[in-house]
Amino acid sequence: MNSFFKRRYIIQGIFILVALILLGKLYYIQVVDDSYKLSADNNVLRKLIIYPARGVILDRNHKILVQNEPVYDLMVIPGQVKEMDTLEFCKLIKIDKSDFDKAFKKAKNYSLYRASLFQKQLSALTYAAFQEKLFEFPGFYVQNRSVRFYPDSTSAQFLGYIGEVNEREIEKFDGFYSQGDYIGKTGIEKSYEELLRGQRGVRNIMVDVHNREQGSFFDGKYDTTAVSGEKLISSLDKKLQMYGEMLMQNKIGSVVAIEPATGEILASISSPGYNPNIMVGRQRGNNYMKLLKDPFKPMFIRPIQAEYPPGSIFKVINALVAQQFGLISSNTYYNCPGGYRYGRRGFMGCTHVHGTINLAQSIETSCNTYYGYTYARMIDQTGAKPVNAYKRWREAVMKFGIGATLDIDLPAERKGLIPTSDYYTKSFGNDKWTSAFNISLSIGQGELGITPLQMANVTAIIANRGFYYKPHLIKAIGDKQIIKEEYTKKNSAGVDTKYFDAVIEGMSRVVNVPNGTAYNARINDIEVCGKTGTVQNPHGENHSVFIAFAPRINPKIAIAVVVENAGYGSTWSAPIASLIIEKYLRDSISRPKYYTDRLVHANLLPGQKKLYVRPGVKPDTTKSNRILVQPATLPENKKSL
Amino acid sequence: MNNQNRNFFFNVDFLTIVLYLCLLAIGWFSIHAAVYNEDEALITLANNSGKQLIFIIVAIIVGAVILLLDSKFMFAFSPVFYGITIFLLILVLIVGRNVGGNQAWIPIGSFRLQPSEFAKWATSLLLARHLSVNNAKLTEFRTLLPTLAILGVPVILIIMQPDAGSALVFISLIFVLYREGLSPLYLVAGVMMVLLFILTLLYSKLYIILGLVFVLAILIYNYRRYRSLIATFVGGFILCLLFIFSVDFVYNNILKPHQKVRIELLLGLVKDPRGAGYNVNQSKIAIGSGGLWGKGYLQGTQTKFNFVPEQSTDFIFCTVGEEWGFAGSFVVVGLYLFLLMRIIHLAERQRSPFSRIYGYAVACIIFCHFFVNIAMTVGLMPVIGIPLPFVSYGGSSLLSFTILLFILIKLDSNRMGIV
Repeated sequence: MNSFFKRRYIIQGIFILVALILLGKLYYIQVVDDSYKLSADNNVLRKLIIYPARGVILDRNHKILVQNEPVYDLMVIPGQVKEMDTLEFCKLIKIDKSDFDKAFKKAKNYSLYRASLFQKQLSALTYAAFQEKLFEFPGFYVQNRSVRFYPDSTSAQFLGYIGEVNEREIEKFDGFYSQGDYIGKTGIEKSYEELLRGQRGVRNIMVDVHNREQGSFFDGKYDTTAVSGEKLISSLDKKLQMYGEMLMQNKIGSVVAIEPATGEILASISSPGYNPNIMVGRQRGNNYMKLLKDPFKPMFIRPIQAEYPPGSIFKVINALVAQQFGLISSNTYYNCPGGYRYGRRGFMGCTHVHGTINLAQSIETSCNTYYGYTYARMIDQTGAKPVNAYKRWREAVMKFGIGATLDIDLPAERKGLIPTSDYYTKSFGNDKWTSAFNISLSIGQGELGITPLQMANVTAIIANRGFYYKPHLIKAIGDKQIIKEEYTKKNSAGVDTKYFDAVIEGMSRVVNVPNGTAYNARINDIEVCGKTGTVQNPHGENHSVFIAFAPRINPKIAIAVVVENAGYGSTWSAPIASLIIEKYLRDSISRPKYYTDRLVHANLLPGQKKLYVRPGVKPDTTKSNRILVQPATLPENKKSL
Repeated sequence: MNNQNRNFFFNVDFLTIVLYLCLLAIGWFSIHAAVYNEDEALITLANNSGKQLIFIIVAIIVGAVILLLDSKFMFAFSPVFYGITIFLLILVLIVGRNVGGNQAWIPIGSFRLQPSEFAKWATSLLLARHLSVNNAKLTEFRTLLPTLAILGVPVILIIMQPDAGSALVFISLIFVLYREGLSPLYLVAGVMMVLLFILTLLYSKLYIILGLVFVLAILIYNYRRYRSLIATFVGGFILCLLFIFSVDFVYNNILKPHQKVRIELLLGLVKDPRGAGYNVNQSKIAIGSGGLWGKGYLQGTQTKFNFVPEQSTDFIFCTVGEEWGFAGSFVVVGLYLFLLMRIIHLAERQRSPFSRIYGYAVACIIFCHFFVNIAMTVGLMPVIGIPLPFVSYGGSSLLSFTILLFILIKLDSNRMGIV
């Protein structure tokens, strides 16, 4: 020991002081400051979303319309790739060496330790061959994904398609979706999105510094499992649907067939259509643009979005409404001298001189004169002011489910058009107008817009003699086969059952009497009731329209067919409807092959050469294109429709 | 009693050995936790914990061998050890393997020898021998100059590797010199240098000079009757001024860019949690997330999933902090403090100055490692890569610390004799 002995205490003091400083700092960051715990969780915790399988959609006979098909994405973690036989690898997945180098470089640039997509959507066949050799290529693995697949490429516009969510959808669903998620964009995929998408699961995993998975967090205590989307059973009959699509090929138009007793849509065809499978996968963007640019607008869902003046089929509604108002009866006779005179100079031509005919005959012959009188009675001769009478008429007509949406389970349904009385008052300048002002409404021409779905629904009302169920495409949801309540509610058309007899008798004669306008649509042993329409159209040839239901007693199917720019209702629409009816009721076709072939092979797209109409097929005699709606009192602004 | 064949453990300080073994055990379990992998066998030579087990066994054998040696041997051979390490330090500059920018390792088979680790105890031995000879007086240049040479040669060689951390350890030997009579002014000067260095980086020179003038005025006023002291104060003031103006030069021309960044990070002058600040940031997260009681053994997510770099070696304390919490940190810090106090106690009870001086050298070296390492992991010091004694992974480090400590234990067991 020397004289500096006491300095040991100073040294010891310094040591103790330093240790206390360290402990102070440790106490602060470990016990006082909580932020480090949060940072630690952020470091290791990752929430993985587990996507459920999207619900499948079946047809009414449980045949698959849309399903999920597995595709195999080849993934790579570049940091785990060892030396390997690149040539063999390329041969297995069918790419060449330069593609390999490019893809690998891209993955490497992204991250050495995170997985990136190496090759998108290997086919099942390639995958099968590759899978056996997978162990030779560490760092590569295959990830299953599922895409929508349409085994029969049918009903594209109604099933709709899915796509990545956009900003607006993310906002709308309040954060349910995040960038890159898929959502139904159109059709059933959209309107039943919430049922189809299922419930997402969450898996909490821990990752290491390179983001490699290191096992589950708390043994999965906070995980939730994914629940698959609901199975939807459509009312569509796939066989019928495809048959209809075949008949409608190379034509622009719609077919809507409804089961009157339920409102279930049996077939819904929008032509031209497209193959739904092209809206899946890598070429989706290109295909989408092609469809958008197509002049025939395959993305346009004609049955619910195309609005046409109904033409002569509207006479049926006028006949029913006028009876309900008590203004005509089945025994009301009018004389047809070949046209209807109205106002001072107005004349609405008729196809023939029908002479004195009753209600049923007026339907059978589609007499314009008869309905000119009938309409005039409803508007001018009720004792009320014509404007008010028109209002009452409009209300009664709208009860048939037209002029407003039918709330079908599809997005973007159009409501059609029945002008309000105000519209005419405005056009005319005052409210002193009469039936002469819009006499064309008597025969379904003029300012009317009705969708093919509404036409079919009107047909179902007639078949049911006075009521309808809202038409719908999904008849049952999930394994429990739940049906939406609104589709089980009976809606009245406001016309008593007894008033339908004469109308149905007339419609039956249209098809079944040799002089009827759709005699070529008759089916042996099935009493089809129908009504043709030939719709004037400022853009070109008339639209061919036909509505029908069958059988007359206890009807099973009500159908509306519209073929744009095709001419007479009886030439194209009636035989197409007739074939679909027979197909549905009998599952076989009794007509000769040429009958079907003529329809299948007809190309009625605009710009095609005029088709030869087979002799023996009686031309439509309604010829509403000949009617002269003299717009003596019509102002010019009518074109605003 | 002075029988040469007396019991092997005669007079050995068991308390120190127990403390030593405790730290070894904590070290091994921490390394095991850091490299733990459920898929691997519990103990395998393929990973660090398996290798460390071998190092521990070798270290304990070496420790036992040292206890068998004669105390006089240490005294007599200290120049030889010193010579050998200086030779190795030169050799490493020529044939050494460059790992992470430092040419500090000589590869021998599958292991690597780090001469700077052994330089610590060889220098301590020679220093002790030099200062323990009769009439050594640190206040005189004839003693001080060789002392500085003994310290300076290895420091310069280590800086050339360059390994600033290991060089720093030699500076801690200033406490030994202080204990042996060096003027406390050197300690004060050292503290002043560090203080001024930091202040100069943080604030404008003008404020610092004004502050110094203010302090000088108070000191002169208080000690106005002691002329000699006033001269010292003024001299110190001038030195401080010179130092302040040299800081920029040192900082810009001598320190390496990564060292500058580390200092700037520590002082909060820059923030870069993903780049240069990553290590310390992650280290603090790991320790800080431990809480009071820790996450439990092998449950530390930050260390297990490699968020903390160098976690078996320099950042081993993170494992302790994360898995055992503040309680574990407290125990480890406490063990070191206890060991340091014990070593000083052993040093002070020696009759021979050689043993005492060597004891203090051991205490200083362990203290320096302990302080710098833990301070670095909690962000109190810039990142300086030196291991935590007995705990960090590494054969050279463990072996050299064992030799360092066991020579003291051996000297202590012989405290009744005179070396």
